[in-house]
Amino acid sequence: MTLRGMKESQLEQSLETQLKKDLNPAEAYADLPEDELFTVADFDHAAAERGGYSNYSYWGATLRAFFKNKVAVFFLCVIAALLLFTFIQPLLPGQLDPKTIYDDPATGRQYINHPPDEQFWFGTNAIGQDLWARTWAGTRTSLGIGFVVACFEALFGTLMGTLWGYVRKLDALFTEIYNVFDNIPQTLILILVSYIMRPGVTTIIFALCLTGWLGMARFIRNQIVIIRDRDYNLASRTLGIGTGRIITKNLLPYLVSVIALRVSLAIPSAIGNEVFVTYIGIGLPTDIPSLGNLVQAGRVLMSQASLRYQLLFPTTVLAIITISMYIVGNSFADAADPKNHV
Amino acid sequence: MAKYIFKRILHAIFTLLIVITIVFALLRQMPIEGYFNNIDKLTDAQVHAGLTRLGLTRPLPIQIWNYLVQVFHGDLGVSNKFRDGYSIAKIIAGKAPISIKLGLISLVVSLIVGMSMGIMMARSTRTKWKLWDKFGTVFIVIIQAVPSAVYHLLIQLYGSSLLGVSMLFKEEQLMTWILPIFSLSIGNIAYYAMWLRRYMVDEANKDYIRLARAKGVPSGRISRQHVFRNAVVPLVQYLPNSILLTIVGSLYVESLYSIPGMGGLLVQVIKLQDNTMVLALVLIYSAISVLGLLLGDLAMGLADPRISFVKKEGAR
Repeated sequence: MTLRGMKESQLEQSLETQLKKDLNPAEAYADLPEDELFTVADFDHAAAERGGYSNYSYWGATLRAFFKNKVAVFFLCVIAALLLFTFIQPLLPGQLDPKTIYDDPATGRQYINHPPDEQFWFGTNAIGQDLWARTWAGTRTSLGIGFVVACFEALFGTLMGTLWGYVRKLDALFTEIYNVFDNIPQTLILILVSYIMRPGVTTIIFALCLTGWLGMARFIRNQIVIIRDRDYNLASRTLGIGTGRIITKNLLPYLVSVIALRVSLAIPSAIGNEVFVTYIGIGLPTDIPSLGNLVQAGRVLMSQASLRYQLLFPTTVLAIITISMYIVGNSFADAADPKNHV
Repeated sequence: MAKYIFKRILHAIFTLLIVITIVFALLRQMPIEGYFNNIDKLTDAQVHAGLTRLGLTRPLPIQIWNYLVQVFHGDLGVSNKFRDGYSIAKIIAGKAPISIKLGLISLVVSLIVGMSMGIMMARSTRTKWKLWDKFGTVFIVIIQAVPSAVYHLLIQLYGSSLLGVSMLFKEEQLMTWILPIFSLSIGNIAYYAMWLRRYMVDEANKDYIRLARAKGVPSGRISRQHVFRNAVVPLVQYLPNSILLTIVGSLYVESLYSIPGMGGLLVQVIKLQDNTMVLALVLIYSAISVLGLLLGDLAMGLADPRISFVKKEGAR
């Protein structure tokens, strides 16, 4: 018998015994002594008390997933820096006032369309105001509008959406109301409201709030309809838990990610709408600097190549803000989705 | 099926009635100057006579009812400021064709470009570097995040100097058609590419596709016959609406290039306080969106025989 043959038969034998053990354990272990087969386990009080336990924390996992995404973290830093700068800019030394018209001491006339230099970093506009100061003041206005609108949309939209989805009696009525309002073009509502009320920050916020929450409510409603009759909610209901508690403890935590997404996207879209309303001439009055007003003022002058800086500076700031918010919002929504947690 | 369509149409008409009522009531809250061309020169008696002639001195519900009856007879009314005494239907007939032409061309462009982009992106998710997918995503993010008001401006600004054409639209010069069409399409391109990519990637991860791949079906055939055909169904729903929406044109693009289309009309008549025209245009806007929704649902049923709007026996 060759060495190879020996190996083969050895292997075969061991496989056979293994197979036997697996198929018929009682027979295979019959040759072992009794006390080796069984050991008496001591009763352990501490072990009996130990329950199932997981150290999963929702927000911990969300943040970990978010910070894994390098691109999103980069844009988060951009937003943080921009926000911080926007709000401390007026406090910095040597800043000019956004509403003052500056005169050239040499000639005594206003600095009209003064190109960017050391004194006016972004140049001056058509009546001699400092564009650098105006850009940041405008960013403050626009961000404020966007933030208020987004908060309202989140709160009111979620509230209406939950009622609409969870209270069955309201469903038909709400669907009808939604169909009506959804069919009025958003542009039209913006125009009508800005036209009926006096132009100003409140009017714009009101108009944007009026149209924004519908989409949110619809979205929340669809999600709630999907999950409201899941077994865990049914169990809660049969245990006699109140509707309010089911909504706040069972339903809404499930929707945190989509709410976060909508809020973060509502800010850039509110800024965009503000630019649009200003463009068609019914936005903020020109004495309140806002990104919409600045873009509009720059647009008028854009056909002259030497004055294009007046359009490009505000649009660049605007684009940086909206793009970073969009990316951070999307990545946060992905991170907040429990399906993406390991 | 016929019964379902009939029910949907009834429902749509009901919705339209409510929309008209709300807008009518809102407009009546505004100054009555909107019903006259030259209110400064009129005496109070003349104003009153004019209002009576238009039927506006009667109680609000009767006014609304009369307007609805008038619209039901196919009469949109007469403009009183935009073009005094002109029939609104005639004004629209003069303005709509150019908007429809531009809109349809840009729709075709965006469908072709957007869909091929979506397919390329979906395919490249299977390659190592995912190069197309990354490029496409950057493009989509920029288009989605930057307000359209801003990128339309930049397209006009740099496009016109790049092509060496005038910034304004002239119907006889074909070169001036390029930028408006590009502006009109770019948002839709991003939209179609984004959704087609997502639906295709979702579809490609399904078990039956994996089975087909394991069986050795060529990947070109898989993406054409299985992935694409299933992924395109949800997009078909928006198609009728997009086609109908070309009638109203794009407000922003048309006013940027001063295209004599429908787009700026609504803003124009609102600024002029031409109330009858505002009402007529709102009616057209909402009719289009209601009709587009209905046609979209029907088109989806045609594209995918599994979708049915009639309740089946035993279906939940």
